[in-house]
Amino acid sequence: MSLLELRNIYKIYGDLHALDDVSLTVEKGEWVSIMGPSGSGKSTMMNIIGCMDKPTKGEVLLDGVNIAKESAKNLTGIRRDKIGLIFQQFHLVNYLTAVENVMLAQYYHSMPDEKEALEALDRVGLADRAKHLPSQLSGGEQQRVCVARALINYPEIILADEPTGNLDEANEEIVVDLFHKLHNEGTTLIVVTHDPEVAEVAQRTLVLRNGKLHKEVINQNFTGKIQFEDRQEVQPHA
Amino acid sequence: MKRSSMYLRMITASLMRRRSRMLVALLSIAIGATILSGLVTVYYDVPRQMGAQFRSYGANLIMTGTDGAFTTEDMAKGLAAVPADALVGAAPFRYENVRIHEHPVVAAGTDMAGAMATNPFWRVEGEWCSSDGQLLVGKQIAESFRLKTGETLTLSYTPENTEAAEDVTLDLTITGILDTGGSEEEYVYLSLHDLETLTGEAGTLDVCELSVQAQAEELKQYAGQISNAAPGISAHLVKRVTASETTVLSKLQALVLLVTVVVLALTMICVATTMTAVVTERRKEIGLRKAIGASDKSIITEFMGESMLLGGLGGILGAGLGFVFAQQVSLRVFSSDIRFQWLIVPVTIAVCIIVTGLSSVLPIRSATEVDPALVLKGE
Repeated sequence: MSLLELRNIYKIYGDLHALDDVSLTVEKGEWVSIMGPSGSGKSTMMNIIGCMDKPTKGEVLLDGVNIAKESAKNLTGIRRDKIGLIFQQFHLVNYLTAVENVMLAQYYHSMPDEKEALEALDRVGLADRAKHLPSQLSGGEQQRVCVARALINYPEIILADEPTGNLDEANEEIVVDLFHKLHNEGTTLIVVTHDPEVAEVAQRTLVLRNGKLHKEVINQNFTGKIQFEDRQEVQPHA
Repeated sequence: MKRSSMYLRMITASLMRRRSRMLVALLSIAIGATILSGLVTVYYDVPRQMGAQFRSYGANLIMTGTDGAFTTEDMAKGLAAVPADALVGAAPFRYENVRIHEHPVVAAGTDMAGAMATNPFWRVEGEWCSSDGQLLVGKQIAESFRLKTGETLTLSYTPENTEAAEDVTLDLTITGILDTGGSEEEYVYLSLHDLETLTGEAGTLDVCELSVQAQAEELKQYAGQISNAAPGISAHLVKRVTASETTVLSKLQALVLLVTVVVLALTMICVATTMTAVVTERRKEIGLRKAIGASDKSIITEFMGESMLLGGLGGILGAGLGFVFAQQVSLRVFSSDIRFQWLIVPVTIAVCIIVTGLSSVLPIRSATEVDPALVLKGE
């Protein structure tokens, strides 16, 4: 059984078909990129997979459960237990420190554990920035806190919406490397991106156009490592 | 770490690390709480303050004998029935007909200190009597006999029920002329001891005027206690004084209560507006919390916790500042200090927490309606 399966999904706003008969499957431990121009339906698909929206028609099976038919309350629970979210704008709570932001996800999930949250920050290379507020962190560091928060509850899927959209190349590479590590540990990754270089590091790239699945590309030379064509040098930190 | 510890950590962090934002909210609550606790303090202290003011209008309780005269022992028993801290003054009076230059006048024997305390509105030209052998003359008597302070006046008394043919006389020095605008101006006042010397009869009184700091109901209670204390006496309220005192007090308290209710309503509106602003500017954060798995209940608990903590802090601040406010009002209006009412502190804090909580209900409910998908996209 696939971890995620979308069966003939439609999302219709009036006359607009944001998603138009989209079907796809994502296996456990797979790294999938979703690409497409603005308005292609990427975010709509992301919201549906992330249990933040429901399709107008069709089935969304997450771990065998059709989340398209679940109540808003149950969707919150599914999101909390099975999905780790990473956002383009980072979205950290600005008055909580890095470690508290990670613990926030634990708080809603089960029990806050500062030691474990610090370990998660250590995994993303931010152990020494744990007590800093988001305003004291660079964009790259904030995104890494966001990654630590997403992985703290061992979700079934990590869903990243343009995770490198606001980062420079150096931080982009750090974040992609983190994804690579998570993938190697068996985490399922779905990454929505505009950036072909980020998309191409995944095992499979799905291209959306006008709400339809336009193309599916299998990365035969999958390494999980980003390749910058014209990059001159890489800064180790932000 | 326990969930409750994290909860406290979050809500305190929200207040402490967003100081400038929260200061505005705290200020609005604290100002409301200040005026509220100040007015409530004044409300509760008004009877005491006004009671003190009313005491300058003279006696509000009269003690008389059930069969005419009564004894000083009866008076002492009656006075013992009134709490010492409520008794402003007690003036015993014994009236006798005496003569000045063969003209009959009424002489009142009294305790001058008690008369002075009971009747602070009595104006004396000259000085009050401070010892035996002195006399206070009513203004009308002074004008009739052209008497002046410092002069010596002879009072003559014809003993009753005796066969002695000669009058008894007593020379007294006039220390002051009494100006009250009332019937008191038609009497001469001397010490009880001098009157007893003049009449040769000791230990009896006609009336005792009491000035008691208490409201009408308490006064009635004291009157009952006095009447029960000694069988030979009965006590009555001076209705002219107590009724007007009660009316003025109840109207003043009603006015303060009305202002308090209006302030409470305004505070609620102000806090609700502030909380709405706080929730609105944190829509993204609420969206994020919902996106990472916060239930509606969690969002309500967190925001309500913040509001109530804010309310509590505002209440503590307001209770302290409210006393300062009440003190200023008291000093300016009543020219006296106000009593610190400890009970107002927890009441103010509790009211602030409840008001802030109630004012936050609607904004917080709207917070739970935030769609995480829309907010996180910045729409």
